Amino acid sequence: MSITADRTGELVSRALDVKGRSLWEDARRRLFRNRAAVVSIITLGAIALMAVFGPLFLAYSYDYIDYSVVSCAPDWWPDPSVLCNAGGSHWFGTDSVGRDLLVRTLYGARVSLAVGLIATLVSLIIGVAYGATAGYLGGRIDELMMRFVDVLYSIPYIFLVIILMVIFNRNFFLLFVAIGAVEWLTMSRIVRGQTLSIKQKEFIEAARASGVNGFGIITRHIVPNVFGPVIVYVTLTVPASILAESFLSFLGLGIQEPLTSWGVLISEGANQMETAPWMLIFPALFMAITLFCFNFIGDGLRDALDPKDR
Amino acid sequence: MLSYAIRRLLGAIPTLFIIITLAFFMMRIAPGGPFDSQRRLPPEIEQNVKAAYNLDKPVYQQYFIYLGKLAHGDLGPSYKNKDFSVNEMIADGLPVSARLGLAAIFLAVLVGLVMGTVAALRQNRASDYSVMFIAMIGITIPTFVMAPILTLVFGVYGVSLFGYDISLPVGGWNGGALRNMILPVIVLALPQIAVIARLTRGSMVEVLHSNYVRTARAKGLSSVQVVLRHALRAAVLPLVSYLGPAIAGILTGSLVVEQIFGIPGIGRYFVQGALNRDYTLVLGVLIYYATFVILLNLLADVLYAILDPRVRYAR
Repeated sequence: MSITADRTGELVSRALDVKGRSLWEDARRRLFRNRAAVVSIITLGAIALMAVFGPLFLAYSYDYIDYSVVSCAPDWWPDPSVLCNAGGSHWFGTDSVGRDLLVRTLYGARVSLAVGLIATLVSLIIGVAYGATAGYLGGRIDELMMRFVDVLYSIPYIFLVIILMVIFNRNFFLLFVAIGAVEWLTMSRIVRGQTLSIKQKEFIEAARASGVNGFGIITRHIVPNVFGPVIVYVTLTVPASILAESFLSFLGLGIQEPLTSWGVLISEGANQMETAPWMLIFPALFMAITLFCFNFIGDGLRDALDPKDR
Repeated sequence: MLSYAIRRLLGAIPTLFIIITLAFFMMRIAPGGPFDSQRRLPPEIEQNVKAAYNLDKPVYQQYFIYLGKLAHGDLGPSYKNKDFSVNEMIADGLPVSARLGLAAIFLAVLVGLVMGTVAALRQNRASDYSVMFIAMIGITIPTFVMAPILTLVFGVYGVSLFGYDISLPVGGWNGGALRNMILPVIVLALPQIAVIARLTRGSMVEVLHSNYVRTARAKGLSSVQVVLRHALRAAVLPLVSYLGPAIAGILTGSLVVEQIFGIPGIGRYFVQGALNRDYTLVLGVLIYYATFVILLNLLADVLYAILDPRVRYAR
């Protein structure tokens, strides 16, 4: 008798020692084994740090105009005919009114990354709330809500943003919100689809039986469980938002001078590229690398969270 | 099938109606009007101008007047381009935009399919990785970066290949000459090529592992026949449902491409119209775009049902 009791106790304590692997722990392990994703995370972190702290250490401010060094190539530029002895401290050269391009590229990074994050946050909040509500309520309300999404889907969304930007008169923060407000459609569809399947599970039934109301069920039980597919889509929404902002800025509807974003810089650079290609190359390179990183992280997360691959 | 198509077509009408209504009132909430300029008009003249365009009436009346005209196919006069009606402007620009867009879609589907199929057949080998790398570049480098770079390479610096000068014109339309179309079409198609190649590769890899493909191989068909006759049919399905978003993407891209290459299509009208508060022009172009997207989505759904016998649209 006592032997079996000891045995049971031992088994229990041993079982307690074994650490269970949760879905998230598994996913993290697999994500960190994906080399492209890890490199992307590090690169992205470096760009973000440079964007936040870089301008503090540079000699120029983003709106400091110096007409003696207009459109100067950086000192190491291979084509000597465009050099104009800027003093060696303009590592990326200067723009068409003599502002330092390095500090402007980093400021552009601040704005572009902020747009990406804020717009994604907005789309996340709207999309998750909308999708979870529609999926949970179901029936006629679901049909009506999703029909509305279908209608918005059939508008090429950038046209909506353009009209919104005209209305808001290129307000800085409303630009973020406007982009987010059109990016939520796919998010709400994903969340709704997930909610429909989760809704049938026993633990929702149990929650309802123990008297949790609809709001509680959605926020406490459904939303945490749709997190997997949502986080993958979030990493793809950030670059989409950055692209949307730069697209608008390129058309002259986005960020206004002297503030800048990658889209504004690229647009200026594209105009000058025959005579001053560095004005296009540096911002375009930064933006392309950032978008690359987000896409690799998104792919990596999808592989990491997809149970099919186990 | 036919009844499904008709039902969807009827369903598109309220959708379009909602879009028109939404856009109409959004434009009117915007501060500033089409006749605000630096030089203020004398009040009497301003009154007359506004009356001529019905802008002196309450907004809801303007809305019904607009709808009434629209029902007769009249998109109204352009506020900014005097002497032109929106119909005339769109009739000018639409053939240009349509030609550009269709060429881009065609190129994107063709190249994307080939690239995706090649990648799937050589899965995890060098050609697979290089195709997927090119696809990633196509997705991450936006149209408005790709366009200047290609312009620089092919237009400004000039490129010669085996002694032939293959530099291309970098702007203008020139009545739709082939040489003028090459660069804009490539720029428009590149992002879609990338997405289509990725989609095709994914579905092709899956299909190539399916039982019926193994059967086809087992009965001795050549691998070309297996791919073209059996695998491609099934692999192309996800592509069909992507066609709608692809069209929307190309329409969006055409805003930038038409601007960069100086092409007289309707994409330019939209941006200029929005900046100038040219309400009727913006609405007119938006209506055209929305109709295109809706119709092509519908077409994609019908095509999907035709290609995949498992899909049945009976409810």
